[in-house]
This record gives sequence, structure tokens and C-alpha cells, in this order.
Amino acid sequence: MQKSLAGLTAALIASTMLVGAANAETIRWARASDALTLDPHSQNQGVTHTFAHHIYETLLDRDSDGNLQPRLATEWFVKDGDPTVWVFKLREGVKFHNGADFTAEDVVFSFNRARSDGSNLKQLHAEVAEVTAIDDHTVEIQMIGPSPLYPNNITNTFVMDKDWSEEHSLQNVQDFAAGESNYAVLNTNGTGPYVLKSREVDVQSVLTAFEGHWADAPAVTEIVYLPITDAATRIAALLSGDVDLVQDVPVQDIERLRNSAGFKIETGPENRFIYFGYRFGEEPLKSSNITDSNPINNTLVREAIELALDRDAIKQVVMRGNSIPTGIPNPPFVNGWTAELDAYPKPDLEKAKALLAEAGYPDGFSITLDTPNNRYVNDEAISTALVGMLGQIGIKVTLASRPVAEHSPLVINNQSDFYLLGWGVPTFDSAYVFNDLVHTKTDKHGTYNGGLYSNPELDEKIIALGTETDLDARNASIAEIWAVVKADRVLLPIHNQVLSYAMREGMTLPVHPEDQPRMTTVTFQ
Amino acid sequence: MLAFVVRRLLQSVIVMLVVAFIAFLVFRYVGDPVTSMLGQDSTIADHEELRERLGLNQPFYIQFYHFVTNALQGQFGISYRLQQPVAKLIMERLPATIELALASATIALVGGVVMGIYTALRPRAFTSGVIMTASLIGVSLPTFLIGIGLIYVFAVELKVLPSFGRGTVTDIGWWRTGLLTESGLRSLILPAITLSLFQLTLIMRLVRAEMLEVLRTDYIRFARARGLSTRAINFGHALRNTMVPVITITGLQLGSVIAFAIITETVFQWPGVGSLFVNSVQVVDVPVMAAYLVFVALVFVVINLFVDILYFIVDPRLRDGVRSGK
Amino acid sequence: MTDLPHSPEQPVVAAKVSRWKMFLASDIFWSYRRSPVTILASIIALILVLMAVFAPLLAPYDPFNPATLNLMDGMTAPNTESYTGKYFAFGSDNQGRDVLSSIMYGSRVSLFVGFAATMFAMVMGVGLGLVAGYFGGLWDAFIMRVADVQLSFPAILIALLIFGVARGVIPANQQEGAAIWVLIFAIGLANWAQFARTVRGATMVERQKDYVAAARILGVNPFLILLRHVLPNVLGPVLVIGTIGLALAIIEEATLSYLGVGVPPTQPSLGTLIRIGQQFLFSGEWWILLFPAITLILLALSVNLLGDWLRDALNPKLR
Repeated sequence: MQKSLAGLTAALIASTMLVGAANAETIRWARASDALTLDPHSQNQGVTHTFAHHIYETLLDRDSDGNLQPRLATEWFVKDGDPTVWVFKLREGVKFHNGADFTAEDVVFSFNRARSDGSNLKQLHAEVAEVTAIDDHTVEIQMIGPSPLYPNNITNTFVMDKDWSEEHSLQNVQDFAAGESNYAVLNTNGTGPYVLKSREVDVQSVLTAFEGHWADAPAVTEIVYLPITDAATRIAALLSGDVDLVQDVPVQDIERLRNSAGFKIETGPENRFIYFGYRFGEEPLKSSNITDSNPINNTLVREAIELALDRDAIKQVVMRGNSIPTGIPNPPFVNGWTAELDAYPKPDLEKAKALLAEAGYPDGFSITLDTPNNRYVNDEAISTALVGMLGQIGIKVTLASRPVAEHSPLVINNQSDFYLLGWGVPTFDSAYVFNDLVHTKTDKHGTYNGGLYSNPELDEKIIALGTETDLDARNASIAEIWAVVKADRVLLPIHNQVLSYAMREGMTLPVHPEDQPRMTTVTFQ
Repeated sequence: MLAFVVRRLLQSVIVMLVVAFIAFLVFRYVGDPVTSMLGQDSTIADHEELRERLGLNQPFYIQFYHFVTNALQGQFGISYRLQQPVAKLIMERLPATIELALASATIALVGGVVMGIYTALRPRAFTSGVIMTASLIGVSLPTFLIGIGLIYVFAVELKVLPSFGRGTVTDIGWWRTGLLTESGLRSLILPAITLSLFQLTLIMRLVRAEMLEVLRTDYIRFARARGLSTRAINFGHALRNTMVPVITITGLQLGSVIAFAIITETVFQWPGVGSLFVNSVQVVDVPVMAAYLVFVALVFVVINLFVDILYFIVDPRLRDGVRSGK
Repeated sequence: MTDLPHSPEQPVVAAKVSRWKMFLASDIFWSYRRSPVTILASIIALILVLMAVFAPLLAPYDPFNPATLNLMDGMTAPNTESYTGKYFAFGSDNQGRDVLSSIMYGSRVSLFVGFAATMFAMVMGVGLGLVAGYFGGLWDAFIMRVADVQLSFPAILIALLIFGVARGVIPANQQEGAAIWVLIFAIGLANWAQFARTVRGATMVERQKDYVAAARILGVNPFLILLRHVLPNVLGPVLVIGTIGLALAIIEEATLSYLGVGVPPTQPSLGTLIRIGQQFLFSGEWWILLFPAITLILLALSVNLLGDWLRDALNPKLR
């Protein structure tokens, strides 16, 4: 698979170590919320990971195009003659912030910790049987079966120092249910490019460049990380010069910032799609005036709804041009995406009405749409727009708007008839989407299949993807599953989110597809 | 005296229990912390397991019992969101809220008394009318809009004051203050004004009404008849008689200012207990939310207790809770 | 949408109408005519109320009917041509809704919530206040202690809590229909204590008077005494608190909307419109925020001014 850059990087280390810190640059970085914890295995959440990536490091990383890159591992491959074992060659000469050497034992310790009961990352390592250190710089991971895509799962599994962790009794991930707080929640010791200087939760954290880091010294030598909850205040802080960089920029402010002297905007696609989910099954909907059948269980009705949806209008007006309309619930970054699947129909109200009549609902019907109002970019406005569009073909939608903490339980507990949700694909593979959104709901799969779609034939194929080692056969199978999902209109995709970072003139931060920007990638003009 | 204090204390305990009970009742309904705590990679099995570990599957009264027994030992549990002890989080945030509340109470008190006296002494003057009308604008605007408006004018357009936060802070023991640095003081201005407007209007109107009433009493007429200077009458007699209810009300309002600060703190990203509460509500961080409500109730109970005892000392006739006389 | 009342109901006690009229004719009306600010405030309030009540007849568009909206009309500046060739006097919002029509319909929602919540608070507060003041003792201690607790928590917090409980109690698919009633209940419940305190005080004074004592000795039903003799005498202050309470309720509804709880976004109140509009403060679409905000200020200010005047007018000591 990927070829190593070890030699090259090693040569670069020596030469560039001397350059850094010539001109010290501080970045004041504002975003909507703070990292939840500093314990790197406790939460599987983007904001927390983003922060952790500056202090801790992972074996593999993703670049701005979503490709896997070497980080603490320089090479990785399936063991010759045993497709169930992954081998990772580790970088040499890496030090932790406390001066300890980075070795294979640290990786074994960290992976076992990430797999342990209290860890929120354990699902990503579900196929791992055992992790062993072969020598100081080689680790082998024994899988329970062939797992060709496992390296995609480890880009947020951070490596901690074994000795330091044992010294502070960090063998287990914090069990806060038992009322514990552990040392790693507030203290860090990683190999990452920055060292934590101070931290006040929800207020500010200060990071400074780690002088003993193995890679090039970054242009940013100090990071002041500032969570600002209110969107208007966040933008005001940038406009008034109180911060240099705003990560979560409301779409309506992008144009103004782009045109304002002294500010600039970087945009790029995020690996996340927004979609509407339907309730399947014959049972009548709780929120509908149709009491003898479930109208949206009818494929014709779902087609009519798709024909009423004007994705381009949502892009232009609601998203201010900052979205990529899509016909498939799968971002372009992800293995299995094709331009063909991505195509979506032009809105056609006449045909939509005809389809509704054909399905037996010439006068439409009523239904409640559940939407979050504080999770995705303009989530509530997107749903409000759909209410208007469906109103034009006679479907009377009541909009129920809730904070995400109230909305997600409705979806997970199958209490919604029609809902908006967004989905990121951290493994960059379609199987991830199938497992959680398409597979029949069981206690291991279909967690977010809130509409209870069930197709046993697809289920079989989805499970088989997990162990298929022949990549061509696997991709063919993925294509078949997508064909059914699209034809069945299981989900109604709207668009892929576009990320925007706003910053002062004179610096550039490229957009990261998982919204995990690294301050090491900042450049100054 | 002792019996009175004991009875009041007992009442306070009941109030605290009721508040804790309501807090608990509510938080069972505002959402499911489990979905916020587990990422999208989690399975239904994970959800069930976490719910079990957090004790969310236990009957309501058992959860409440655990909460109360722990709270009595000063244990409010671990924040689901930040994974730190709740008591520690609240103590860290408290100085910011108290400084904001005191600053805004001061603005409200000084501004309210001055304008109240002015409008009372010159009830027919044009400026009095303007002040009375303008003060109503303060209570006719939602707090969040005032805050955002002030930020827009003073931070974005004029660039004279900071748009958010507390500026540079200094640690004095465990108390983290923003009052000792210039940037800290400058950061305090906009949020304190925003928070004070409502109380300012209240106090101004109270002072005006009290003054007008006192100025009509016989002993002021008598003082006037005795030929005392207007100044001595207004400030020596009338104002002094006005101040007792005003200070009482301000004191009682202090508790509600702390709670009122929720929205101001959110708009200005002020790192106090109010914004901690709002952030916790978003992810259903039940331990923090419950502890916050109990905390607000505690502040209220303590202030009330003080006021009651003071009144008892000052005037033993007042025993049945008639306080401000209004 | 629920039916809105066609006019604000005034709490008038039927038996006292003629006396009430005389009262109006004499002092109150005199002080009203003397105050140009009050006259202006009442005219503005009247216009806003009429505009809200007759919104379906007056508004150029129906922003609550999603079928008539075209998303492409969104973000049109005031008095410029929209995508589909329409002109909006106050511009359009991010959903293509006419801001002017939205304000008219939104005021309707806000006023309805405000009036209903204040009525609820008034009935509850006056009732409990009468009971506490008249019967005294344990009743008094209990009701007043509850009122104290209530007053120490900001109304917004109480309303949020009630909203939270309602969300849990009402099935998910009926919550949106119930939202407006929950809002009324929550705001009303958060504001009853002011009424209760005032009425209790006044009742205690009335109770000592000879005519009440006489009625009591004659064995007249206490509730009849309260209704006939005590209630009319406390109506003045109640009316003042009610007017100011109305302004407060409107503001509270707006703040709750800002916090994301409140009426559905497809049927926005003034508060919801402001919440939506404040997102556009920095992006140049000032009209989405400005016009609803001005309407809210005018509404709350004029009601407050009326309450203020009423307070002074009803207080003979201040004349």
C-alpha cells in the first residue's frame, strides 16, 4: 500500500531543527466549543481529537485530501502469509514531552488502553485480537479475521507514554460513571508538536512548540485556544482583532469576511453529508393524518419527496453557496463514491404530484419533521426550507426543532417519523455508512438507522465487506449495495458540508476534511 | 431569637430539597446524556452499558437519594462533559460570576439612585421624562440583543473595548480576579452594563417612588417649615429614609443577578457559572445542571436568611416575612 | 395555528362597570390627556395590536403557509425585485418570507402568548394572593414562601425548567402543537408571584376594614366577600402589574426563542424572528434583524409606558 517516507523525513529532521523559532508567531484560535478532556482515549469527538492532535500523535495521519500519511509509524503492511496481521514499523528518535523515548511498548500500551472498556474508541478496534511488540520499533496487530481497512480506523488513536501512564495509574480510561477523574484529564505527555502550557476549561488553553519534536519546527510557535460559544461574538472577536483564526464560521458571514480588508476565508469540503431519514415499515406514522398506512414506506412517495427537494436552492440561499449538493449519502472522499451515484434529479413538482397521486395520496398527507437546531451548519434553516418545498406538493410538514441533545435520542430510539441528521465517515470507506445507517438495527449494527430500514440481503453483503480481502471484489460489492440503497431511496441526501476557516490577512490555514486543522500547517506570508 | 433562626434554617433546608428535587425531575426529561457522550461509532450495546454504569436505569427516587446524600458531603459527581468534579468546576467559575454580578449591582445601585433622586426631585422636568422613558427601553429589549448591540458598536465598529472574555486575570489564592489588570477591567465594562440595565431601571423607579412618598410625609413638611435647607432635607432626611428598602431590594436581587447572568455570560463568553450552565444544558450534563440550580438556591437562601435575621434584629415586630414594606 | 383572541380582554368586573366608568371619566382620563408620551404610547400599542389581530387581512403575504414561499426569494433587500419578481417593503428573510408579513403574523403570536401568559399569571397570582391575605396563617406562610422561592429564580430559568419537563411529558410527535401552550404556561407560572404579593398586602389591609368584618360576622361566604369586596379594591395595582407583566412576558418569549426553545420556526414569533435575524448582523442583511427588533422595542416600550402611567395615575399620592 503506502510507501515509506522514513528515510527522507529522517534526513529532513536534522536540517530543519535548526531553522525553527526564528520568528515567534502566536495564533489566537477561536472555535465554538472546547475539547472535552485531555485524556486521549476517553472521547471519540472531533473537537477533542483536534486539540489532542497538537499534543499527542497517532501512528497514521490524514492529509488535506484524506489520504493516509505516516506519522509515528513510517511503514505499515499486512504480514506476509498472514492476512490477519498488520505490521507497523515505528519512527525512530521520537521523544515524549518529558524526555522519554518512544518505543513499541508505548504503542502496545496505548492500543490496549484504547480497546479497554472505558474507552470511547474501542468500537474502532473491535476486530483487534492482540497487539504485540516485536522489537523496539515494530508492532504487530493480530486481527480476529482479515481486516484490509483497519489502518483507516487508527488515525485518532493517540499514543501515550507507558511509564508515565503507569506512574500516574492511567492504565484504565477514566470511569467517570464511577465518579473518577484521572490525571490524564488535566495533564499531558505526548510526542506531539506542542506542549500544553496552561489550560482553563471553556476559557483558554495555551500551547507552545515542543523543541524536541521529530518534524520540522512549525511556523506557529504559540497557540492560544479560545472557545467562544456564541456565533455572533465569535465573528465579532475576529472583526475586532481579538482573535486571529475562527474555525466555525457561520455561512452568512463568509462573503462579508471575504470582502473585508484584513481578513480572508479558506474553504474546503468536509467529509460529512447531511440527509433526511424516513420511517420504514407498514405501521402508520404517529405524526400523520393517514392512519391506515405509512405513506413514506411507499417508494413512490419517497421519489416524490426527492423531486420536490430543490438542493440547488438550498445551496444558494440557505448555505450561501457553501455546500456541495449530492444524490448519494456518501462524500466524495469515501471509497465507493462515484460521480454517477452522486447525480441528483432536477426538481419536478408536476411529476412529484403525479407520483403522490399514483401512490394513493392525491391530496398529500401530514407529517412531523424532527430537526436539530445547534449541530450542523444551518440545520434548522435547511429543514424549514424543506417544509416549504414539500408544502408545494401538498405534504403538510410540522417542523419540530430541538437542541441536538434532545434530537439524537429520538433518532436512536426510533421515535421520529422523518428527521434530519448529518454523518461523517472517519474511516473513508462506505462500509462505515452501511454499518450504522443501512444495516438492520441490532445491538451491534444500525445504531443510527432510526427509520428501521431492513433488507436482509443487504445485511449479508454489508457483513461480508468486513472480511473481504480481495479489494476489487469488495468494491464491486460496495457498488451493488449503493445501487440498492439509491434505488430504494433509503436516505434522502441533501449535500456535503463545506468547511470555512476565517483568519486575518497574512496567514493561511488549509481546510482539513475532518475539520481537524493542525496549526503545524499554518503558513505566514 | 434562636427559635426564629432555627425555624428559618429549617425552612431553608426544605427549600433546598424542593429545588434539588425539581432540578432532578427536570433533568430526567431534557434529553439523553448518553447519546452526547458516545460518538457516532457507538453501538446500541454501548449505549445500554453506559446507561447502566451511570445508574440512569435505576428508579428515579434512588437516583435522587444518591444525589442528595452525595450533595450533603459536597460531592456533586463528575461532569459528564468535562470529566472533572462538578464542585471544582463551579468553584473555579464562581469568582468571574461574582465579580460580574457585583460590578453590575454597583452600576445599577449608583446609576439607579442618582437618576431616581433626580427624577423624584424634578418630577416635571423634561430630562426626568427622558430618563424615565429611556430607562424603559432598557427593560423593553431582550438582554441578548443589548449585548450583541454593544459588542457591535464598541468592539467591532469603534474597536475600543474587547468583544469577549475576561482579559488578563490574576490569581489571589484560589480566587481568580480580573479586577487588577487594565484588560480585565476593560473586559468587564460591556457585560456589566448589559447585566445592570434591568436592575438599574428597577432601582431607579423604586428610589423615585420612595422619595416622592417620603417627601410628602409630615415630618419632611415640618422640616421644611422649620426652614432647613432643601439640600439638607432632600439628602439628610428623605434619602436616608429611602435607602433602607432600596438596599434590601438590591441585596435580594443579587442572587437573581447571578442567575440572570446566564444570558449575558453566554453572549460575552464570560467564564462564569452561567455560561458553564448553558454549555452543560447543550449536552445534558446532568450533574452540572443539578449542582448549578442547587447553588442558585443556596445563594438565595443564604441572602434571605441574612436579610431576615437583620430585620429581626432591627425590628422584632417584623416576624412574618413582610420585608420591603412594598 | 390556534385561533387568536380578537381583542385584548380587560379584566373588568361586571358589577362595577358604572363605577369604573366614572373613575375613567374623572381622574384617570384627566391624567391621560395631560401626558403626551402616554397618548403616543397608546396609539402605537393600538396600531401594533390592530396590525397583529388583522394580520390575515392586512399582510401582503402569508408567511405561515409554506406552500406559498419560494426559497429563491430569500435575502431580498427592502424594495428590490426578488427572484420571482416580487417586491418586499421590509425585504425577505433566509426562507423567502416577507419580513413585513412575518412581523405582523409574529406580533400576533407574541401578543397572544403575552396576553395569555399574563392572564394565567394574573388569575393564579390574584387567587393565591387573596387566599393568603384573607385566611393568613399556614396558608399565608406556605404561599408566600413559595412566592419567595419563585421570585429568587429568574423567570427565564423557571420557564426553561417547565419547558424541559413538558418536553418529557408530552409525546414527541405532539410537542410542536403543544409548544405555544407550554410557553404560555411556563411564562405564566414564572410571573404569578408578583401578583400574589401585591394582592396579599392589599387584602390584608382590606380585611381589617369594618365593612369586611361586618360581612364576616353576618356569615357571608368568604369567597363572596373576596369577590365582591376585596377584589375590586386590589384591581388597580393588579392592572399595573399586569400591564408591565405583559411587556415582560413578550420579552421573555423572545429570550426563550433565543435560547432555542419556543414556537416552531415555521410559525415564528417576534422573538424567533429576532433570533433568526441576529445571525445576519454581520453579513449585511440588516433588515432581517432591524425591523422585528424595532417592532419588539416599540411594543414592549409602549406597553411599559402605559403601565407606568397607570401606576402613577392610580396612585393618588403622586398627583
